[in-house]
Amino acid sequence: MSRDERPLARLPAWIWLAFAAALAAQIAWRATQVPAGAAAADLPPPPSAPALRLASFGEPATLARLAMLYLQAFDYGGTNANPYGRLDYGRLTGWLEAILELDPRSEYPLFAAARVYAENPDPVRSRIALEFVYREFLADPDRRWPWLAHAALLAKHRLNDLPLARRYAAAIDRHTRSANVPLWAKQMEIFVLEDMNELEAARILLGGLLESGAIHDPAEAGFLRQRLEELERRLASQPGR
Amino acid sequence: MPAAIFARLALTEARRGGLVWLALAAVALGLALGAFLSQLALTESRMLQAAVVAALLRVCAVFVIAAQVVASVRREIDDKRLELMLALPLSRATQYLGRFAGFTLLGATLAAAFALPALLWAAPAAVLCWGVSLAFELALVAAAALFFAMTLASLVPALAATAALYLLARSMSAMQAIAAGPLAEASWPHELARHAVDGVALLLPALDRVTRTEWLLYGAPDARGYAMSLAGLLVYAALLAAAGVFDFERRAA
Repeated sequence: MSRDERPLARLPAWIWLAFAAALAAQIAWRATQVPAGAAAADLPPPPSAPALRLASFGEPATLARLAMLYLQAFDYGGTNANPYGRLDYGRLTGWLEAILELDPRSEYPLFAAARVYAENPDPVRSRIALEFVYREFLADPDRRWPWLAHAALLAKHRLNDLPLARRYAAAIDRHTRSANVPLWAKQMEIFVLEDMNELEAARILLGGLLESGAIHDPAEAGFLRQRLEELERRLASQPGR
Repeated sequence: MPAAIFARLALTEARRGGLVWLALAAVALGLALGAFLSQLALTESRMLQAAVVAALLRVCAVFVIAAQVVASVRREIDDKRLELMLALPLSRATQYLGRFAGFTLLGATLAAAFALPALLWAAPAAVLCWGVSLAFELALVAAAALFFAMTLASLVPALAATAALYLLARSMSAMQAIAAGPLAEASWPHELARHAVDGVALLLPALDRVTRTEWLLYGAPDARGYAMSLAGLLVYAALLAAAGVFDFERRAA
């Protein structure tokens, strides 16, 4: 690695000067170019998944994650008081879809959709992100249910759209098959129905769940039985019955 | 064993050329970049770190081994040392395969060094699969670089040919998927292009199926698929070595 060199003092002064001047010019030039954050309008149309796969050169999992970092930089950071508020959500969900197709086992795109982009104060944008989560949930329900459960909560508490929350909750109940899906997630529809004052439907669902034998934990069964009795009491006290 | 002398020479040259420091610098750079990017991630930060470090080290390993092989062989040819070697009472096949064995050993050492950092994020079994696969991949790259360095006239074309073969092999499956995709029009030029892509794929190794980052993220691959992928690499490395020996035997001193 070593090589014979002449001492630095042997170099002519003009070479020192030229080198120092060129270095100073480079630093000054770069210092004037302040890096600007990626604006919402800069988000390009989404590439197709096959194009992304080609660009990954056989490393789809890595490119999927790097693409998520690239995507989340748009319309965020600096003094932006309304992050992601100006993004074209049609393009955004197109990107998320392509990235998810690149690595279907990654949770990043669904996490970002449910926890970041869907929490946008603009209800129209929020709904677009929630619908993306719903569509992608259907492709792999047993793995992706947590994001749809979060979507149901957002629909209920943030959008105050109980029918939408019920659609998402019902989808979890109907499409998941794995034993790893907790019962609270499968029971979400019942609680949404209660909030909608659809007591009869909630009672039928809850009764059916108890009779199906799917609940093995005695404490949980006891709690649900208590909820069922409460529902029946509320139903009995309703006028016109 | 005469071939072992050539293998030892290849390893000694790499050590004296500062390859150890280059490998350490690559590992440090990979770890630093992974740590930086994981700070930006909202979720899966450890997976992101593992994926970035693995992908970067894989590319670095391939570049280092290809550059080392091409530079070493071209220097030997340009300094007329190869002519001197050919005058030795050793068969040409022994000389060629001895060099190849040395570069393969170098690749295996590099693969072991580059697999170690992956233990920070992945299970040992997955890291072992990834590291062994990288060693096979580097053997194939060494075979390709040796072949092109011996057959092409100078350094740049040999490096470019090795890089082209490697990148094409890694993206061939994606090209085939695009060519056969549902959006492809049903016309005879397109059909012709699709068959041409399939034909080229037959002449390339399936590098997109080996040394997969997914193994580090989601667990070791199934044994049969893994063994088949590595066998594919061995077959292609043997093909390149055979082509190289064929060409070397025909070489006029």
